[in-house]
Amino acid sequence: MATATPQHRAAGARPDNTDGTAEPGDAAFQAVFDAAVAGEERIEPRDWMPDAYRATLVRQIAQHAHSEIIGMQPEANWITRAPSLRRKAILMAKVQDEAGHGLYLYGAAETLGTGRDELLDKLHSGRQKYSSIFNYPTLTWADVGAIGWLVDGAAITNQVPLCRCSYGPYARAMVRICKEESFHQRQGYELLLALSRGTEAQHAMAQDAVDRWWWPSLMMFGPPDDESAHSAQSMEWKIKRHSNDELRQRFVDICVPQAESLGLTLPDPELKWNEERGQHDFGPIDWSEFKAVLKGNGPCNEQRITQRRRAHDEGAWVREAAAAHAAKHSTTATREGRAA
Amino acid sequence: MALGDDALVLSHRLGEWAGHAPVLEEEVALANIALDLLGQARVLLSLVGDEDELAYLREERAFRNVQLVEQPNGDFAHTIARQLYFSTYQQLLYAQLAGTGSEFAPLAAKAVKEVVYHQDHARQWTLRLGDGTEESHTRMQRAVDSLWRYTGEMFQPVPGLDINPQGLQTSWTTIVADTLQEATLTVPEGPQLGAWSAGAGRQGVHTESFGRMLAEMQHLHRSHPGASW
Repeated sequence: MATATPQHRAAGARPDNTDGTAEPGDAAFQAVFDAAVAGEERIEPRDWMPDAYRATLVRQIAQHAHSEIIGMQPEANWITRAPSLRRKAILMAKVQDEAGHGLYLYGAAETLGTGRDELLDKLHSGRQKYSSIFNYPTLTWADVGAIGWLVDGAAITNQVPLCRCSYGPYARAMVRICKEESFHQRQGYELLLALSRGTEAQHAMAQDAVDRWWWPSLMMFGPPDDESAHSAQSMEWKIKRHSNDELRQRFVDICVPQAESLGLTLPDPELKWNEERGQHDFGPIDWSEFKAVLKGNGPCNEQRITQRRRAHDEGAWVREAAAAHAAKHSTTATREGRAA
Repeated sequence: MALGDDALVLSHRLGEWAGHAPVLEEEVALANIALDLLGQARVLLSLVGDEDELAYLREERAFRNVQLVEQPNGDFAHTIARQLYFSTYQQLLYAQLAGTGSEFAPLAAKAVKEVVYHQDHARQWTLRLGDGTEESHTRMQRAVDSLWRYTGEMFQPVPGLDINPQGLQTSWTTIVADTLQEATLTVPEGPQLGAWSAGAGRQGVHTESFGRMLAEMQHLHRSHPGASW
């Protein structure tokens, strides 16, 4: 794992500056960094970077990793009840992929000088967040399809531009993740299609799930542009490429024809094609709900974090055993090495 | 069908770990093993009939899996002990089957590679937990002891399977005993078959928790008769 601080910085005993303003000595480094970002070059772990750039990336990548891990729960909730062996295999593989994505992303965050244990600790204590979408419950089997189609669909719309993000390790992780996510999204769509074309009860189940997941999915793009705190800076650094509202609009335009071919409706009476704009108009989002969920008052916030903490706490003895075993064996190896 | 049921039921139990594993790497590993087993179950059950009909519409008394695989997950040591016992059996069984001319030979030849990985995973964890901390040692010993009485059933002859159960048992005992000793654990001495459980799973007589497991597994499928998914 690359060290956190590049050599030339580690030597200096300057205090950390977290507001992104470069100190006088950093001016030259800052210029190189700015030129690299402007020239679409990738910033790599050992390159100099502004402290605020580093902090923003740690926050964003950690939150992304946490979302993969917490996001396993609503879907894993249906593994033991999946209605056919084929669907069960698909769902298990998906949840496994999410754990894998979590691993890549913690790996990417570690290149910025933080550790997985530290990040998990921040997740467990509520100091770092995960995507608000996973605070909604999966109440029926169709929710598994709605998550695949809408939630993964929204995630992809958000994440594809991140494949060109200015920070190399994050961009490369996103390339791998996006490939698997679009596969999951197709599977979710296909699950809903089977339900929509199935019995009356199955069709109703699919429609109900889409009704419950539509608005929360639109909230995944974050607050409107005029209220988004980090957007401008992130776009300047080329971490972000498009604004929240732009991506949200793109997502709506993608979903409308897909809903039609699914034979399902989207729960928005104001949704209609706007000839002039060449885009769909859609109704207002309930931002008070979004804020409540972010604050911890969504339907499953408490449950999700409690389960995560419990898995971690109950697994402590296993991790300690693995560490103790590894320590014993490395001492044995050293001793044998010395004897020989 | 017996082998298909073994794989199906153990896969289901491992699936229950999703989102609850002690480390992220184990989320991946346990799901991976569960998926391999589910894949084996689907092939094996399809040799007998429709996989979903067999999985979702049979009742408890019609399942032919050994009682070992239906045992609840318990703690991580319990899951690992169950996996060590079963994967070692499966590895030896599939290796034998792959060499025969039976209809299972092609499946066994493919599955044996997966099973070798499962066995190694369980063995490595048995060593880590047995020879880790005092707590992990105690937990692992308890798990190894409590599941021991379900191991004899794997060596009862299975109708239609051309294998040598005695030879299987001898090799199994050697491999498991070696692993346990290396892990500083005591090899259990009690009977490998309870008075009640002799060959029972294979005849459709199961333990209590199994019915509840099936209720959860089959509920949705049974609620929509004739639907396709």
